[in-house]
Amino acid sequence: MAERVGVYVCHCGSNIAGVVDVAEITRWAGTLEDVVVSREYKFLCSSLGQAMIADDIRGERLTRIVVAACSPHLHEKTFRRACANAGLNPFLLQMANIREHVSWVTKEKQTATDKVKALVAGAVARVKRHCPLEPMPVKVNPHTLVLGGGIAGIQAALELGDAGYPVYLVEREPSIGGHMAQYDKTFPTLDCAACILTPKMSEVGQHENIKLLTYSELEEVSGSIGNFKVRIRRKARYVREDVCTGCGLCIEKCPRKVVDEVFEAGMGYRKAIYTPFPQAVPKIPVIDRGSCIWFERGKCRVCEKLCPPSAIAFDQQDEILELEVGNIILATGWDLFDCRRIPQYGYGRLANVFTSLEFERMCNASGPTGGRIVLRDGVTVPQSVCIVHCVGSRDANYNTYCSGICCMLSLKLGHLVMEKTEAKVYACYIDMRPNKKDYEEFYWRLLDGGMLFVRGKVAEVTDMARLPQEEGKLIVQVEDTLLGKQRRIPVDMVVLMGAIEPRRDARETGLKAGISCSMAGWYIERHVKLDPVATMTEGVFIAGACHGPKDIPDSVAQGAAAAARVQGMITKGTVMIEPVVASISADNCSGCRICNNLCPFNAIDFLTEEKVSKVNPALCKGCGTCVAACPAGAITGAHFSNDQVGAEIEGLLWDAHGDGQPAMAEDALTLELAVS
Amino acid sequence: MQREIYEPKIIGFFCNWCSYRAADGAGTARIKHSPNVRVIRLMCSGRVDPVFVLKALSLGADGVLIAGCHPGECHYIEQNYKTMRRFALLKHTLRAFGISERRVRLVWASAAEASQLTEAINELVEDIRTLGPLRWPANWAEDDGHLPAVDRILLEHQSAMEIGR
Amino acid sequence: MSDKGRLAIYWAASCGGCEISILALNEKILDVANAFDIVFCPCIMDTKARDVEKWPDRHIDVCLFNGGIRTSEQEYMARLLRQKSKVLVAFGSCACEGCIPGLANLTRRQEIFETVYFETASTENAGRVIPLPETLSNGFHLVLPVFYDTVRTLGQTVAVDYYLPGCPPEAPRIWDAVVAILEGKLPAPGSVIGAETTCCDECPRTRGEKKIKAFKRTWQIIPDADTCLLEQGLLCCGPVTRAGCGARCPEVNSPCIGCYGPNVGVEDFGARMIAALASVIDSNDPDEIDRIIREGIPDPVGTFYRFSLANSLMRRGALVPDAERLELPRPKIAAQA
Repeated sequence: MAERVGVYVCHCGSNIAGVVDVAEITRWAGTLEDVVVSREYKFLCSSLGQAMIADDIRGERLTRIVVAACSPHLHEKTFRRACANAGLNPFLLQMANIREHVSWVTKEKQTATDKVKALVAGAVARVKRHCPLEPMPVKVNPHTLVLGGGIAGIQAALELGDAGYPVYLVEREPSIGGHMAQYDKTFPTLDCAACILTPKMSEVGQHENIKLLTYSELEEVSGSIGNFKVRIRRKARYVREDVCTGCGLCIEKCPRKVVDEVFEAGMGYRKAIYTPFPQAVPKIPVIDRGSCIWFERGKCRVCEKLCPPSAIAFDQQDEILELEVGNIILATGWDLFDCRRIPQYGYGRLANVFTSLEFERMCNASGPTGGRIVLRDGVTVPQSVCIVHCVGSRDANYNTYCSGICCMLSLKLGHLVMEKTEAKVYACYIDMRPNKKDYEEFYWRLLDGGMLFVRGKVAEVTDMARLPQEEGKLIVQVEDTLLGKQRRIPVDMVVLMGAIEPRRDARETGLKAGISCSMAGWYIERHVKLDPVATMTEGVFIAGACHGPKDIPDSVAQGAAAAARVQGMITKGTVMIEPVVASISADNCSGCRICNNLCPFNAIDFLTEEKVSKVNPALCKGCGTCVAACPAGAITGAHFSNDQVGAEIEGLLWDAHGDGQPAMAEDALTLELAVS
Repeated sequence: MQREIYEPKIIGFFCNWCSYRAADGAGTARIKHSPNVRVIRLMCSGRVDPVFVLKALSLGADGVLIAGCHPGECHYIEQNYKTMRRFALLKHTLRAFGISERRVRLVWASAAEASQLTEAINELVEDIRTLGPLRWPANWAEDDGHLPAVDRILLEHQSAMEIGR
Repeated sequence: MSDKGRLAIYWAASCGGCEISILALNEKILDVANAFDIVFCPCIMDTKARDVEKWPDRHIDVCLFNGGIRTSEQEYMARLLRQKSKVLVAFGSCACEGCIPGLANLTRRQEIFETVYFETASTENAGRVIPLPETLSNGFHLVLPVFYDTVRTLGQTVAVDYYLPGCPPEAPRIWDAVVAILEGKLPAPGSVIGAETTCCDECPRTRGEKKIKAFKRTWQIIPDADTCLLEQGLLCCGPVTRAGCGARCPEVNSPCIGCYGPNVGVEDFGARMIAALASVIDSNDPDEIDRIIREGIPDPVGTFYRFSLANSLMRRGALVPDAERLELPRPKIAAQA
C-alpha cells in the first residue's frame, strides 16, 4: 500500500518566506509521488501549526510527515511530539532544513527555491522508507559518581546526598577542597576561603549518603545511562582509615621534609607522611611513596612506631573498586598555566616573580609564611608590587580565551597587599572585566583605595637596570595606552595572573567517560546556551571549571544544576533510550568479526556458540560506523539505514538525472521484438 | 546554446554533532555561501558508507563533501578515524575509475567553525566548477547505433537461408 | 512431442566454464535429462536462432543464460530468449554481474580494437583494418554485430527471473536450483538463488582481531593454514562474497577473489570491500594509511570489482577521465554533451 505523505512548508515569518518562494514549493511538493497533502504556514512550530499537522494526520490518514523549516536540532522534538500526539509514530517524520541551510545563507531567490526543491524531494523520498521505532526504557541506578572534590563536586555531592540519594565522591588528592582550599580570601566579599569551604567539606565527610573516596583515580567506565560500571583505584595511603584518629603525631615526627608542589604550589614544605592542609577532609594522612625513607632505602618507620592506634600499614595495596552508578558528574577543575612558557616575564628565572597560586599561599594565614607578604628571601617586605594580567590568556601564542577570573583575582590580591603592607600596588591590564554581581563595585573600592591601574599588556619583566633607581628592582616594561607612553615601572615583586587551563589529563578522563573536549581542552556541553551542564553523552554531566573558566559562584551553580538533572532522572526511575541503534541480522552475519573492533562503547559482542556478532542495544550509541563497515551488509542502522539514506540521495539529485540518461533496463524490458 | 554558469551539484554528508551544527551556525550567523552542497544529516561521519558516495556520483552528482568532527573530538570518540581510512581507500578507487580526487573531499569542522566550513564549501564548489560536470550516467549511454543494430539482426535472420524442421 | 520441460542454455560473452560446471553435476545430469529436453544450446547442438524465433512466446520453460552482453548479437539473443522463455535465469557471474569480461569496462571499443588489431607484437595490419558493423564486399552487404563500449549484465538488458551467481556456479548449487525449479519452491522473482550470508560462514579458519599494517600479495607469504587469511594481510574477499562455494579457495591457502558476488541486499561489492579493508587497516596517521593502501592495493578496481564491475554502481571507468578532461579548455558554460 502506498504511503500518504504530508508536506508542510514553514514561512518562519519572513526568515524563510523572504527568500524562498514558499507558495511554489508547496505547489511543487504536491506533485511528488505519494504526497497527498502539501501546505504552507507562517510558524509551523506554533501550537496552531502543530495542530494543523495533527488534524491532517487524523483527517487525511497521513502515514508520513515532512516538515520543511528550521534545523532539526531546534524542532525535531517538537514535531515528533506533534506526530505522537496525533497517533503517528514520531519516527515517521523527516525535517528538511530550509532555513539555516538555505534561506539564511543564499542570496538569490531562484537559487534558494531550487535548492529547497532538492531538499524537499530528498526528505519525501527518505521518509517513505522510515519505520516506526519505539524508545527503550532503562532503569536508572540511584547511585551517582561525582569525579572531583573541588567546590563544584562538593556542591553536587551535597545536593544529591541531601536529597537522599547515594553518591560516590572520588577525588585524586588526599583531601577534598580543590583550588578553593588554597586561597586566603575570596572576591568580592573577602570572605575567608577556608571559613566558607570547610563547613561544606565537613558536611561531605560526615554525610551518611556520601561515600568519600579520596586519593583515588577513575580507571574505566563502561555501560550507559542508568547503568554505568566504573572502576576506581583507591591508591594505598599506607594508613588504615578505620583506625586512624587524625592526631597528626606521625606528621610531626616524620624526619623527611619535601617541597609541596601541589597544595603549597612549591612555596612550602610537607612531610613524607602528610595531610595537604590542616582542615583536610578526611583527616587521614597519606604516605607519599616517592619521598618516604622506608620505601626509598628500607629504614625509619618512625610513624609506625609512634602511632598510638597503630594505624600505619606499610603493606597496604591499591584497592580496585567496581561500582555501579546511574549517572556521572565530572567536576575535575583546572590547572594553572605554566608561566615559564613566557620567558620574558621571568618566572623561574627572576626570583621575585610569583604566580597567582604561589601568592595565594603566601597570603594564607596557614601558608608557608604565616600570611606575611615577603620576597623570596622570606624576610624582606616589598615596597612595590606589580600584578600582570592576561599571562597566557587572550594571547594568540598561548590561549586565545579570557580566563574570566584574573581581573577579580588581581583586585583581591591588590587589596591583600595594601591591607598587609604599605606597598604600592600596580596592575597592568588589557581590559578590566569585573562583570558579575558586586564585582564592579569592588573595582571602584580598589580604585578609591589607591591601587594603580595601568592599561597596557606587559611586554617584559627584567632585572637589567638602565637607571640608578632601577638597581636591584624588577622592571616592568609596559606601554601605558591611556597615556600613550612606554613605561618602565620598577617594583620589588611581580605577580603573574596565569591563565586557567584545562587539567593536563582532561582529554583522557573525558574519553574514559565518553565525552570529548573542545580544541582548547574544555569539556563540550550539550548546548552552549541552553544546556551547559549536560554533555552529548546521556548520563554524563560536567560542572565547574572543567567546562570552562569560571568563578566560585558559577561553579557552585553548575554543581547544583548537574545534581538537579541527575535527581530528576533518579526520581523518574526510568530513562527512555533513543532507538537509533544498530542491529545485526544473525542470518546474514558470517562471523567475520570485522565489526568487533569498531565500537568504542564495546556494544558489539561475538557469540562463540552461534559464531555471529551481536549488538547490545543498551550500549549502542547509534553512530552507525559498524553499519557502514559490515562487509556482508548484515548490520542495519535504525533510522539511518542504507535504504533510507539511499532514497534521500536519489531525492536530492532529482534534477541531476537529466541529460546523459542511458537507455534504462526498464525501457529494455518492455521492448518486444516483432518476430514472426 | 545558452551561456549559463555551470552550477555543480554536490551531496554533503555532515555529522550531527559537529559539522551539521557548524552549517547551522553559518545559518544563524547569516554567512552567505555557495548553495551547491545538498546536505544529508548522519549521526557520525563514520556512518558514511562508501556506497553512499558511489551512489551519489552514479546518480549524477558532480562531487561529494564529507564533513566530520576533528580527529580526537568525535562525539563517538574515535569513529572519524575510520572515516579517514575509508575515505583514503575510496579516493584511491575513484582515481582508478577516472574520477579526480578533487571531486570528493573530507573536511573536519567543529560546531564552532561555521566560517571555516563555508570557506571549504566555497572552495570545493569553485574547484568542481573548473573540473566541469561529471554526469556519470552518460558514461554508459551507448550512442544511437545500438538499438537499430539489434533490430537489424532479426531482419538478417529473416533473409538468411531457412532451415526446415 | 515429449512432456518433459524445455531447457535452453545460451552463452553470450563468456568462457565456457558454466557449461563445464553443468557437466560437473556428474551423474545428476541424467536426472536433468529425465526432466528436461535441451531445445537450444549452441555449445552442443545445432539449433539455430531462426528456429527459436519461430517458436511461440514462452515456449522454453527454463533458459540458463550465461555470459555478459557486449555485442548487439548478444543483446538480441538476450531479448529473444527472454521473449521465448517462461523462466530466464542469469547463470553464472558473467550474466549476473559482468565477471571478467566486465573488466573491459575500464576501457572502450576504440582502445580494445587498437590494441588487438594494431598494437600487439605479432599483428601485421598495414591496412589498419578493424571490424565494422557493415561493409560492401563483392556486391554483398555484409554485417557484423556492433561491439559496445560498455559490457552490460543480463539484468541490465532484460527482465531476469533468477540469478545463480558464481564463476562458475558450483555444481551442488546448480543442482539446488534445478531441484527448486522442479519442486516449484522458488524465491520471489528477481532474487538470487543462493545463500544469504558470506563466505566466512563456510570457511573453517579461526577469526579474531584483524589489525593490518601491510597488505600482502599471495606470492609474498606462505599463509598459516588455520588463521583467517585477511588477518594475515592477504586481500581475501571472503567477508564480502556470498557463500555457496564451500570456501574452496581459502581452504587451499588462496584468498577468496569474490566470484560469487555480493551478499543479499548489497548493491555494490567494491563498496563493501572498501569498508571492510578500511576497518582492518591499523593506523590513524593519514600518511601511513596512504602508504599502506598504495603499496598493498596497486589495482583497486581489479581487486574490489574483479567480477562485479559491470553491475557496480559506477558500472565502468570514465569514458573521458577527469585527468584528460582537465587538459581540455573549459569555458564556464552549461556544457552540452
